[in-house]
Amino acid sequence: MTSKTLFGALLATTIMASPLYAAGMHPSTGEALADDQTFTYRVLDEHSSVDPQVVEDVSGSEIVRDLFEGLMNQSADGSLIPGVATSFETNADKTVYTFHLRDNAKWSNGDPVLASDFVYAWQRAVDPELASPYSWFMEIMSIKNVSEVLAGDMAPTDLGVAALDDHTFQVTLSTALPYFAQMTTHATTFPAPRATIEAHGKDWTRPENIVSNGAYVLTTHEPNERSVRERNTMYWNNDATIVDKVVALVINDENVAMTRFLAGELDRTEIPSGQYPRLAEEMPEKVVVAPRLCSYYYNVNLTDGSGNPALQDVRVRQALSMAIDRDIITKNVTAGGQYPAYTFTPAATADFSVPEVKAATMSQAERDASAMALMAEAGFGPENPLDLSLVYNTSEGHKKIAIAVSQMWKQKLGINVELSNQEWKVFLETRGNQDYEVARAGWCGDYNEASTFLDLVQSGSGYNDSKYVNPEVDALLTEAKTLDNPQPNYTKVEEIIARDVPIIPIYHYAINYMMDTDLGGWPVGNVEQNWYSRDLYKIAE
Amino acid sequence: MLSYIIKRIFIAIPTVFILIVASWALMKLAPGGPFSSERPIPPQILANLEARYGMDQPEWKQLWDYFYNIVVHFDFGPSFKYKDRDVNDIIAQGFPISMTYGALSFVVAVGVGVCLGIAAAINHNSWLDYFAVSLGIAAQALPNFVMAPILIFVFTLKLDWLPGGWYGGQWQYLIMPVIALSTSFMGSISRITRSSMLETLNSNFVRTAQAKGLPTRTIIWRHAMKPAMLPVLSYLGPVFVAVLTGSVFVDMYFSTGGLGQAYVGSALQRDYSVLLGVTILYGVLTISVNLLTDLAYAWFDPKIRY
Repeated sequence: MTSKTLFGALLATTIMASPLYAAGMHPSTGEALADDQTFTYRVLDEHSSVDPQVVEDVSGSEIVRDLFEGLMNQSADGSLIPGVATSFETNADKTVYTFHLRDNAKWSNGDPVLASDFVYAWQRAVDPELASPYSWFMEIMSIKNVSEVLAGDMAPTDLGVAALDDHTFQVTLSTALPYFAQMTTHATTFPAPRATIEAHGKDWTRPENIVSNGAYVLTTHEPNERSVRERNTMYWNNDATIVDKVVALVINDENVAMTRFLAGELDRTEIPSGQYPRLAEEMPEKVVVAPRLCSYYYNVNLTDGSGNPALQDVRVRQALSMAIDRDIITKNVTAGGQYPAYTFTPAATADFSVPEVKAATMSQAERDASAMALMAEAGFGPENPLDLSLVYNTSEGHKKIAIAVSQMWKQKLGINVELSNQEWKVFLETRGNQDYEVARAGWCGDYNEASTFLDLVQSGSGYNDSKYVNPEVDALLTEAKTLDNPQPNYTKVEEIIARDVPIIPIYHYAINYMMDTDLGGWPVGNVEQNWYSRDLYKIAE
Repeated sequence: MLSYIIKRIFIAIPTVFILIVASWALMKLAPGGPFSSERPIPPQILANLEARYGMDQPEWKQLWDYFYNIVVHFDFGPSFKYKDRDVNDIIAQGFPISMTYGALSFVVAVGVGVCLGIAAAINHNSWLDYFAVSLGIAAQALPNFVMAPILIFVFTLKLDWLPGGWYGGQWQYLIMPVIALSTSFMGSISRITRSSMLETLNSNFVRTAQAKGLPTRTIIWRHAMKPAMLPVLSYLGPVFVAVLTGSVFVDMYFSTGGLGQAYVGSALQRDYSVLLGVTILYGVLTISVNLLTDLAYAWFDPKIRY
C-alpha cells in the first residue's frame, strides 16, 4: 500500500467515524439536517392527560405516542411495524395472540420493559377503580373477561392477559378479531411503569415524576400553554431519533395559530376554515392535504315517535341524499380538499374498496331528477311540501354546510327546512335521545379497518343515533368479525345503507395542514394521522 | 371601621354561599355532562366514572360533600377533564398568571388614564386636551377582542418585534396582552378624570386657593386631587371585575396559560368542579374588591365615615 492510498483510507475512516458528519445528514434521504432539531406545533386544547390508560383526546394521544411505545407501531403509510414486540403469532382460530418482546427495550430510568408491564397496564385500563374513560376500547378488543371486570364481577387480574416469561406477552380473546394487532398501536394499550405509579399516585405523570419507555420524555408542562418532550437516551432505538425536542403549544384560536405560524413560531398548524383556497395559491409548498379516516354525514332519525313520519319512507330519505350536491359542498363550501362521499367508510381505509353505488355513478342532474321523482312518488310536491328540521352543533363550518344543504332541498324538492344550532353538549344530548329529525354528525376511525365505521349502523350500537335496525346488516357485521377476509361483507353493508339511507354521507375529511418546508418525514400517507416525532427531522435551510 | 369590616365579611359569607348554590343549580340544569361525548361511553363504564367522581350520589349529598371538602380540607375536588390534576392545582397554576396580567393592566389603565385626564383638564382647550380626548374616545372604542388581533397582526406578523403568545415570564410576553386588556379602560378612566378634574378646578374652594396665591401645583395635588378622584374611584371596582373577565379572552387569545382558558374550557366541557372553583374564586375577588373600594372612599372623602 502506497502512502497515498493509506492516507486516503485513513481520511475515509476518519470521515465515516466522525459523528458530526453522521449527524449532519439524514441517513436515508441524504438531506442536510438543521443544527436545531426542535419541532414546534399547535394544539387546539390542553391535553386531558398523558397517562396512557387515561388519555382520551387526540392531542394527548399524540404526546403519549412519543412518550410511550406499545407492542406495535405504525409506519408512515399506516401499516403495522414492530414496537416493543418484535413479532407475534396467533393460534388457529385467532383467539390467542402471543407477542415476543425485544430484550433491549428500557424505561427512561434504565429498567427493562417486561411483559409484566403490559399485563399491569392492561389490567389497569379496565380497573373500575381507575375508571378510565377509554376502557371501552379494551372492551371492543374482545379480551377475555373484559366485560365482567368492568362490571366489577371479576378482579382485574382475571383479565385474559398473561406474561409467559419476561419477554412473552399473551392475550386471550373471547371472540376472534382479525384486526387485533392493529389495535395495539392505540395509547390505551401502552405499558405503564408500575413502581412509579404506585409511588406517586395521580401525580406520576408530572415531568418530575414520569418514567416512560418511548423515544421522548416529558420535561416541561405548563398547562394551557405548552408541553415539552425531549429525547429519551434510554430508548432502544435512540440512535435513529433525529428530532431532539418537541414543543406543543396550546393555541385555542385557529387564526392566532395561523398568524404565529406565519411569524415563524410554529412548524405546523391547521388551516383555518375557509382559508385553504387562498393559502394553496399563495404558498402551495407549505399546504399539506391528504385523505383522513373521518366522515361527515347527517343522521336521519328513524324512530317512530320522535322523528318526522315522512322520514320513515325510504324514498324521502333517498331523495334527500340525492339532492345534496356534494361537489358544490366540497369545492365551494368547505373548500379544504375534502372528498365527496356517497358511502360511509372512507376510501382511504385499509383493504376497503368502495362499492359502486348507483348515486355515485350518476351525474348531479340525474340525481336531482331522480330525487324529484322519488319525492313525487312519496306524495310530496309544490302543493304539499315537506317540513323538516335540521340541527347541528354551533360552528361556522357546520352552519355553512347546513345552509347550503337546506337551499338544495328547498330549490330541488320544495322542502321547508328549519335550521337550528345547539351548543356541543346540548347537541349531543338532543341527538343521543333522538330528539331531532335530521342531525349533523362526524366520525373518525379508532383503527384502520372498515368496522370502526360500519359498527355505527349495527342495531345494538350505542353510536347508532339514527336507530337504524336491519337484521341483515347486523348478521353481516357479526359474521365479518370471524372471517379471514371480511371486506365483501363490508361492501355489502355499504350497499344496503346506500339503499336504506339511515345516514346521509356528505364528505370524507382531509388533512389540512400548514407545514414548514424545513420539516421532513411527516407521514402524510397515514390516514389515521398517527405520527411519531422520532420519524420527523428538520432540514437545514 | 374595624366593626364595619367585620360586618362586611359576615355579609360576604352568605353571598358566597348563594353564589355556589346558584352556580351549582345552573350548571346541573345545563344539558349534557362531563362524560357525554361524540362517542357515548357504554353504560357500565359511565357508571364506573360516575362512581369515581361521586356523581352516583343524590344531588344534596354531592353539594354537601363539596362544601365539606372546601371548608374542612380546602379541597375543591378533582377535575373531570384533566384527570392528572385537581382544581386546586389548576387554580394555583393559572391564577398567578391571570393576576399578573390583570394587575398590570389595571395599573396601566389607571396610571395612564388618570395622568392623561389630569393633563387634559389642566391644559383645558389646548392641543394636549384635544389629543387626550380623542385618544380617550378612540381607546374606549377598542375593546380587548378588537385590540388583540390588531396587535398580533402589527407587532408579531408585520414587524416581528414581539412573540404572539405564551407566558415566558419575560417582559416581552406581557406587552401585547396588557395593552389589549387595558386600552378601553384607560380611555374611560381618562375621560372621567378629565371631566371630574375640570369640575373641581371650577369649584369655589379652588378659586379661594388661587385667590390666596397658592402655586398651581399645590392646588392640584393637595386640594383638587382627592375630590376629583372620587368618581374615578367608584369606577375602579367595575373596572377591576371587567379586567378579570376580560382576561379570560386575553388568556385564550394569547395562550398565556392563565385561568381564562381553564374557565371557558370547563364551561364547554361541563367540568363541574373547575367551573365552580373558578366561579367561587372570581366571586370572592369581586366581593373583596368592592369592600376595598368602599374603604378607600372613606379615605378620599372625609365626609364618609363607617
